[in-house]
Amino acid sequence: MERLNDRNCNYLYINEEIRPLTSWEKFRQVCKRSIKGELFVGLWIVFREMVRKGNLATVKYPFEKLPISPRYRAIHKLLRLLESGNERCIGCGLCEKICVANCIRIDTSLGEDGRKKVSEYSINFGRCIYCGFCAEVCPELAIVHGGEYENASEQRAHFGLKEDMLTPIDIFKAGGQKEFPGYGSLSENASSLIKKTPLAYKEEKCTN
Amino acid sequence: MSSEMIFVIETVIKAIVVIAVFATLAGLGTYLERKILAFFQRRLGPVMVGPVGVIQLVADMIKLFTKEDIVPQNAIKPIFLIAPLIAAITAMTALATVPLLPEFTMFGHTIRPIIADVGIGILFVMGVTSLGVYAPLLAGMSSSNKWGLLGAARAVIQMLSFEVVSGFALIAPIMIIGSLSLIDINNYQDAGIGSWMVWQQPLAFLLFVLGIFAETNRTPFSLLENETEIVAGYGTEYSGMRWGMFFIGEYANMFTASFLISLVFLGGFNPLWFIPGGIAILLKVFFIIFFFMWVRAAWPHVRPDQLMWLCWKVLMPLALLNILITGLVLL
Repeated sequence: MERLNDRNCNYLYINEEIRPLTSWEKFRQVCKRSIKGELFVGLWIVFREMVRKGNLATVKYPFEKLPISPRYRAIHKLLRLLESGNERCIGCGLCEKICVANCIRIDTSLGEDGRKKVSEYSINFGRCIYCGFCAEVCPELAIVHGGEYENASEQRAHFGLKEDMLTPIDIFKAGGQKEFPGYGSLSENASSLIKKTPLAYKEEKCTN
Repeated sequence: MSSEMIFVIETVIKAIVVIAVFATLAGLGTYLERKILAFFQRRLGPVMVGPVGVIQLVADMIKLFTKEDIVPQNAIKPIFLIAPLIAAITAMTALATVPLLPEFTMFGHTIRPIIADVGIGILFVMGVTSLGVYAPLLAGMSSSNKWGLLGAARAVIQMLSFEVVSGFALIAPIMIIGSLSLIDINNYQDAGIGSWMVWQQPLAFLLFVLGIFAETNRTPFSLLENETEIVAGYGTEYSGMRWGMFFIGEYANMFTASFLISLVFLGGFNPLWFIPGGIAILLKVFFIIFFFMWVRAAWPHVRPDQLMWLCWKVLMPLALLNILITGLVLL
């Protein structure tokens, strides 16, 4: 540490071995390295790894899958409101605006009930870079990143249409949509992170 | 039936059996190699085809047989086509004078599991295996590919140089025994573990094993088909069964070399404690094969210049010194 703090000498030499100069020193180095038995240490280490029980790192992938983090950013999902089952998306278009790859398209129209309806919502997954900005900017936690990473298909448009991403209503009714913990949602300790506004302090003072 | 007729029929049957067994063993060797290497690296290896993946061998064979046999446009066609055959043929021919098992009796007829018991068995084996150097040389030079050419050059310098080391290493035990016949060499070591040649000639054993590693192109010296440097070396332009023949040759050579090591240095097919001789030699051979793979899992490559340095400046003087000391002791 002293050497690191010394401003005149900021270089830390990591390979400071002294190379042999005379032929006698070279000969001694060769002998030392030959007799040291490092090769047998290598043999022992791989053998130990082989015979140790429960040491396999293999995952038989199509049959076994490793759990992925809830914050993994894979294929998007469109969620429904937990109470009513209506679509969460309000068609504000923020995701379309923020998308750096310019791959989200929303068509909205005025519904018969006078509310804004999202008639089309599509993501071009050929262009999506899975940055997660859309999920982050969404005010309603409507567009989120799910955990589906096996997106091979016959059609380029698959996975990216509204009906692909929106939770189907029958699955929703069977309780298939859980509160989303992943990318874009509030963290578990979110309420403890809220800072009080000046008004709240004032109220506190008054009650006291 | 005359005795000559019986001899001819017996020899032909023995030759066919040896070729069939060793071609299969070469295939099995690839499976063993993948599986053992996988376990050393904490993987599973092939598991999908058949129980624990043993049928993978058949799948690979089907793939190799049905692949297109491509000959590059500028290749010298006849030589390009012949080269892999040389690899397989020399590897199989070398087995002719190797006694594989002790004598046994079948159908009231004593069978000696050696195809040709010539008096110079070990010389024949070494000679034929060094003929095998023509396979990579011709393959690399005829395939009109720079990687192939470099691979061939490396193959030739490596095999020729280490031929010297392993040859010199073998001279010392031969001086002690006084015979070039592998059967005599084997019978010399018939008094239990203490009489094994490895105790009398530890340095020769070490040098011979090192030479064998280089000649069979195994990992610490596996420079002739080093993917990171020269793609697949001399085999770059080969596909299908012709490439497979190089492979069969290589693995058959490994088995021949293992038989040689166990015959010359590790007591051959003499019975060991309660183990009968036939099983003893198979155990030794499979341990040596396992050791080949063990080393491949553990050790890195050496550079070609280090390889040459090791061969000519360290191993060859040591081998000569060993011969000198053996000669002085024998006097």
